Amino acid sequence: MKELTYREMGLTDAEYSQIVTIMNREPNYLETGLFAVMWSEHCGYKNSRPLLKTFPTVGPQVIHGPGENAGVVDIGDGQALVFKIESHNHPSAIEPYQGAATGVGGIVRDIFTMGARPIASLNSLRFGGLEDARVRELLSGVVAGIGDYGNCLGIPTVGGEVYFNEAYQGNPLVNAMCVGLVKKDEIALAVASEVGSLIMIVGAKTGRDGIHGATFASEELSEKSKEKRPSVQVGDPFMEKLLIEACLELIQEDLVAGMQDLGAAGLTSSIAESASKKGRGVEVDVLKVPRRETGMNPYEVMLSESQERMLIIPRPGTEHRIKEIFDKWGLDAVAIGKVTDDGIFRVMEGEAVAGEVPVMALTEGCPVYVRTAEEPEYYARCKAYDLTALPEINSREALQKLLASPNIASKKWIFSQYDYQVMTNTAIIPGEGDAAVLRIKGTRKGVALVTDCNSRMVYLDPYQGGMMAVCEAARNLACVGAKPLALTNCLNFGNPEKPNIYWQMKNAIAGMSTAAQALDTPVVSGNVSLYNETAQGAIYPTPVVGMAGLLQDIEQRCDMAFKDSGDLIILLGRFRDELGGSEYLSVCHGLETGAVPRVNLEEEISLLNLIQNLIRAQLLQSCHDISEGGIAVTVAESAIMGNVGCTIKINSQDGRVDGLLFSEAPGRVVASVKRTAMDRLVQLVVDYKVEMRIIGTVGGDELVIEDSGTEITRLPVREASRIWREAIECFMK
Amino acid sequence: MKFGVVVFPGSNCDGDCYNMIKDVLCQEVDYIWHKETAVTGYDALILPGGFSYGDYLRTGAIARFSPIMPAVIDFAHQGGLLLGICNGFQILLEAGLLPGAMLRNRSLKFICDKVYLKVKRNDTPFSNKLQPNEVINVPIAHGEGNYFCDAETLAELQRENRILFTYCNSNGQEENAFNPNGSVANIAGIINKQGNVLGMMPHPERCSEQILGGTDGYNIFASMLQSFQEVGC
Repeated sequence: MKELTYREMGLTDAEYSQIVTIMNREPNYLETGLFAVMWSEHCGYKNSRPLLKTFPTVGPQVIHGPGENAGVVDIGDGQALVFKIESHNHPSAIEPYQGAATGVGGIVRDIFTMGARPIASLNSLRFGGLEDARVRELLSGVVAGIGDYGNCLGIPTVGGEVYFNEAYQGNPLVNAMCVGLVKKDEIALAVASEVGSLIMIVGAKTGRDGIHGATFASEELSEKSKEKRPSVQVGDPFMEKLLIEACLELIQEDLVAGMQDLGAAGLTSSIAESASKKGRGVEVDVLKVPRRETGMNPYEVMLSESQERMLIIPRPGTEHRIKEIFDKWGLDAVAIGKVTDDGIFRVMEGEAVAGEVPVMALTEGCPVYVRTAEEPEYYARCKAYDLTALPEINSREALQKLLASPNIASKKWIFSQYDYQVMTNTAIIPGEGDAAVLRIKGTRKGVALVTDCNSRMVYLDPYQGGMMAVCEAARNLACVGAKPLALTNCLNFGNPEKPNIYWQMKNAIAGMSTAAQALDTPVVSGNVSLYNETAQGAIYPTPVVGMAGLLQDIEQRCDMAFKDSGDLIILLGRFRDELGGSEYLSVCHGLETGAVPRVNLEEEISLLNLIQNLIRAQLLQSCHDISEGGIAVTVAESAIMGNVGCTIKINSQDGRVDGLLFSEAPGRVVASVKRTAMDRLVQLVVDYKVEMRIIGTVGGDELVIEDSGTEITRLPVREASRIWREAIECFMK
Repeated sequence: MKFGVVVFPGSNCDGDCYNMIKDVLCQEVDYIWHKETAVTGYDALILPGGFSYGDYLRTGAIARFSPIMPAVIDFAHQGGLLLGICNGFQILLEAGLLPGAMLRNRSLKFICDKVYLKVKRNDTPFSNKLQPNEVINVPIAHGEGNYFCDAETLAELQRENRILFTYCNSNGQEENAFNPNGSVANIAGIINKQGNVLGMMPHPERCSEQILGGTDGYNIFASMLQSFQEVGC
């Protein structure tokens, strides 16, 4: 491998001189490499740390917040959920199949590293327009990569979201989330406890793949990025499956003092992070690391991002038993070094010292930048855009166009490539409800999971959009009957060194913090992906929220399908007609602009509590949150899923007709109710001070919309269903 | 009745089968690690779904050489009930306990969905709780479930009534359009000559409880139990 300069490794001149000061000498090649990866944005969070500190991270439900491999949340009965979401954007842009596959592999390792059995995966994907052949290729590759990896592991992929927008044309986003279940007293943490403890590397052998992946993920994509294809790792889900089983056996037998997965920056990062937790030092011998290639130098061994490897710090005297277990699964387990007391990260090559760096300099010493934020020109312009002059479009035509929009259409082409049922826990499968619901065997409990972010809203108004992402996730969980517990986030932005981008980050994070605080859904884990830019510009700011919720009794879960003819359809929340940032504006008017409808946190909280109580009292037949496409699409989806028609009545005295039908204003859901349940329902609605309107009835086989008594739309459910189901499939044929 | 669920490296429906037998069918069940060499004491064996050996080489091609397999084959030859689901079916083909081979789905994509199956006969140990021509709704999840055999073998399977399940629609119509993977003669599951070995691509263990969206799969396991109680006790 050609030697790189420190600049090619991603360090600035100032950072390099800082390193020289710390070391009191010029660092050698290996040492420079250690700093470069540890001080990359991906590992060091140097541009985002000050902003991340503003997230609420505590609460009685939180067992471990940010700082561990994943967040841990209490779900009662001595059990906890472990979850985290992470990006694999840059690798997926270059090599979609392997990029996405190894993204799943990485996040799954974060979960079982904590001693948890992974029980579900979700994802959040963004691509350019499907008209583009390269985009279709990316989508195919990413979906196949996620599917093949997760399916082989036997972890159900139960939920997710996909959006298509030109803002992601050259820079798709691939965020993967994994959720695990663990007994509270079996949670494993990454701590290098005792001086003298062995450090073992287990799992796959080390090769040259993925060297400098972390650095590559911390710069903008360009034509030259393709040259970095060797920075994309190759995944082997079979190896990972064996690794999961072997590692969980170690935890069962209580053999490990510390466990850390090898992800970005490979051995360097995992060793530094487990040693820095207690201010210890480490000494490792690269010659002892099992390799699959010959002639690798210490730099390559330390920076390799070969997949399916873990670092284990055994409890004293357990090394032999650990080797036995790994031998049973046909895997390597080799001691490569030990914990020391001198605070130095020492890399040996046999007898020779290859590099020596203070551990803390690599981790805590990472520089932190507070960048300049500057409001971009577009913000005020879009906010002031006059939508009143907009011509109204025939509502039937608009509804058909929206149902055919890939952002709204059925995602079955995607999720049918994922095994969403393995482990036999999935009680609400993809597409059936606003969130996935899984049972916890041996209890009555259910776990609800979702990912959410409307990045167009975040772009137009980062603060409101950030709040919306958190609120929508919570609302989706409430709609299936769950109490939202906590969230993980994946903060995808452009280049933070640009003041307009930093402004987006700062405001989006502030919005998320405010909402997370108000909704009592603390941030327990997360990941930052910056520099999502190409020559055409930055992506829409996309702070994806992954949220977990709990149902005390899974039998009470609620899905989105209309059930019986004669049931009443109600709107919970206010009629609003703001169209800013809506899919309707984009699809029917070619506009991505307008003032974003504001979040009212107080109303949102009342609504969330009300829905949970209505579902617990078994008063709802269906429940579906209003988001992309507004009330009209929400109702159409419930009708399609229930395979039954309905009549909806609006009144143009309440606002513009297209606004009433297609506004994506937050804080609202559409539910259906048995007539006999109405009295009890109204009582609760009054108690929670939520606005409610009866907007229609279930029945027939057509979707009918009336404005002030006059029919304005009539569409057979069969036809709506066909449009909605075929849209993405047609593109992908 | 005592079941054994064989665990190969990469099996991932072993736990689902185990839980189904233990908690839903309420029968005794053990895991059997693939490095074992005996299967004494079991009344039925299940080869579960998953990706044994990561599907390297061909699905089921390496698992077929696992140390446990001679005992499994012997068990089948002696008339023991043996059910292979998904990857388990693929292993049965590779082991020669059932004829034919698996190709990739004709869409060349992994498919997770729920399909309708037609029960072709109910005089087998796997279908005695079902009705002939009954339509059941069972999930599938596979990338290589496109069953193939030559014309001669197919004729033999048909002549000997060894096709137990075919893909169909909710009315029981067997047509290419309702065949999710392109398998020959819409085959979803076949039995051996003696009728004690069943291989099927769909997952009955995933639809044996109402909370999972249906209970049509339960009767396949219940049939095994009934046949054991009739013959075995």
